[in-house]
Amino acid sequence: MIGSELWGLIGISVLETLYMTLLSTFFAYLIGLPLGLALVATAPRGIRPAKWLNRSLGFLVNVLRSVPFLILLVLVMPITRAIVGTTIGTNATVVPLVLAAAPFVARMVESSIQEVGSGVIEAAQSMGASPMQIICKVLVPEAKPSLMVGSAIAVTTILGYSAMAGFVGGGGLGTIAINYGYHRGETPPMLVTVVILVLLVQFFQECGMGLAKKLDKRNR
Amino acid sequence: MGAEEPIISLENVEKTYSGRQGDITALDKINLSIMRGEIFGIIGLSGAGKSTLVRCMNLLERPTSGKVWIDGRELTGMPGGQLRRERRKISMIFQQFNLLQQRTALENVAFPLQISGLPKRAAAEQAKGLLQTVGLEARAHAYPAQLSGGQQQRVAIARALATEPKVLLCDEATSALDPTMTRSILHLLRDINRQLGITIVMITHEMAVAEEICQRIAVLDQSQVAELGTVREVFAHPKSDIAKRLLFPGGNAPRPSAGNRCYRIVFDGSSSYEPVVADLILRCKTPVNILFADMQNLDGQAVGQMIVQVPDGADTRRNMLDFLGQRGLQVEEVPADDWI
Repeated sequence: MIGSELWGLIGISVLETLYMTLLSTFFAYLIGLPLGLALVATAPRGIRPAKWLNRSLGFLVNVLRSVPFLILLVLVMPITRAIVGTTIGTNATVVPLVLAAAPFVARMVESSIQEVGSGVIEAAQSMGASPMQIICKVLVPEAKPSLMVGSAIAVTTILGYSAMAGFVGGGGLGTIAINYGYHRGETPPMLVTVVILVLLVQFFQECGMGLAKKLDKRNR
Repeated sequence: MGAEEPIISLENVEKTYSGRQGDITALDKINLSIMRGEIFGIIGLSGAGKSTLVRCMNLLERPTSGKVWIDGRELTGMPGGQLRRERRKISMIFQQFNLLQQRTALENVAFPLQISGLPKRAAAEQAKGLLQTVGLEARAHAYPAQLSGGQQQRVAIARALATEPKVLLCDEATSALDPTMTRSILHLLRDINRQLGITIVMITHEMAVAEEICQRIAVLDQSQVAELGTVREVFAHPKSDIAKRLLFPGGNAPRPSAGNRCYRIVFDGSSSYEPVVADLILRCKTPVNILFADMQNLDGQAVGQMIVQVPDGADTRRNMLDFLGQRGLQVEEVPADDWI
């Protein structure tokens, strides 16, 4: 039912999906991690309160988070074209993926960092640590296990988003599923891509959780 | 202890929090001087403002008004960077230890050295020596989760000593520990005070802790200093209601039979440690009922107090009071109602 040519296509799509997902996750963290840290640090009871900065960042994150991904994908096409030079293919999909995932990552980071006990922060302050030292040497290392769990959730969410990009020629497994399953009405290729997506999600989730558990020095 | 020179001075320190139901006063015009090299206790019930007071000493809490001086420098009004450098002279340990959970004992001790700019290897080397000081060199590579509460507090003390502080602030440092661990931590703190000359400020709600190692104490009540003096003074002659309440945590005294009178015998260290009460009973051939006793043998001197219930009969009573007077003990009658 599925010819060797199609299997080859599916194989390439898996690689494309992984490429989009991992590259987007990387850039999403590049933006989302500092953004999340800034949200915690500038909060009213944070280590460097800044009311208006905190509110502005929070508002920006909420706006980006409230646009459904498929709409965002279309909405940012001019930006995508400006950066990548085209609006189709895997590289073009990375732009909206990053824009959608970065604020999501920021919120995940924010909640992980908030789990760090205030006592530890107070102890660091009493030793004369600066806000930057507290962030780099206390908050991030102490929240590492929770950040790992968050990144597993982020990767799997971005993987799901990347499949949606198939509708507008984004490449990867999503494109196979849409082209064969939706446009041609062929169920088997679509089912295969779904199974592969499920396995990928499972893989990333398990890896992330396992790593988080291994890194955590609290449960020994 | 040098009574000459204060290392910490608080001048009219006030702290108010604005809450939903208006302002809440946590500290109300506190004036306090802590002398170089002493162990100073701040005691009070929870909510009296102790924790806020100690956090005003290193400006973890900024006083709403008033001035804080440490070692001749005014902390209030210092810019952030300078304040952070100044804080390295004032270390702090906490009830919940507040160790970094993802770092080993050694890495925790090295932490303040690293943030003060020491290279990693030098910091680790110095941390090793500090763990030795607190007797934990064998557990250097253990994570806090693998250590007992007492061991965690030792790591916290080693970490606090790393920056060679002049003052060590202890916020209920023994309240989460069992009595044995409490004692060993208190002994460690006393050794640190004696050997390194570090001034120690102890926050506690337990009179016994203050009594064990403090030289002077301030009793805090309703955001104010209710009483201040040497441990012996406050202990022997508590003036404020709150000090009396902390000294005799009420409610557990047995009920005296009607008509009897109660006396408080104060052992202020001038009498030797001998069985005074047993002698009293043998001499007067009349039993007394001990309602409350809190005694310690400090270097062969009896320190503490006892509430005894003395039977009716003016002659017997006079005999007993005379006997106690001859032993150099202070005796005062206390209302029997307090002990019911």
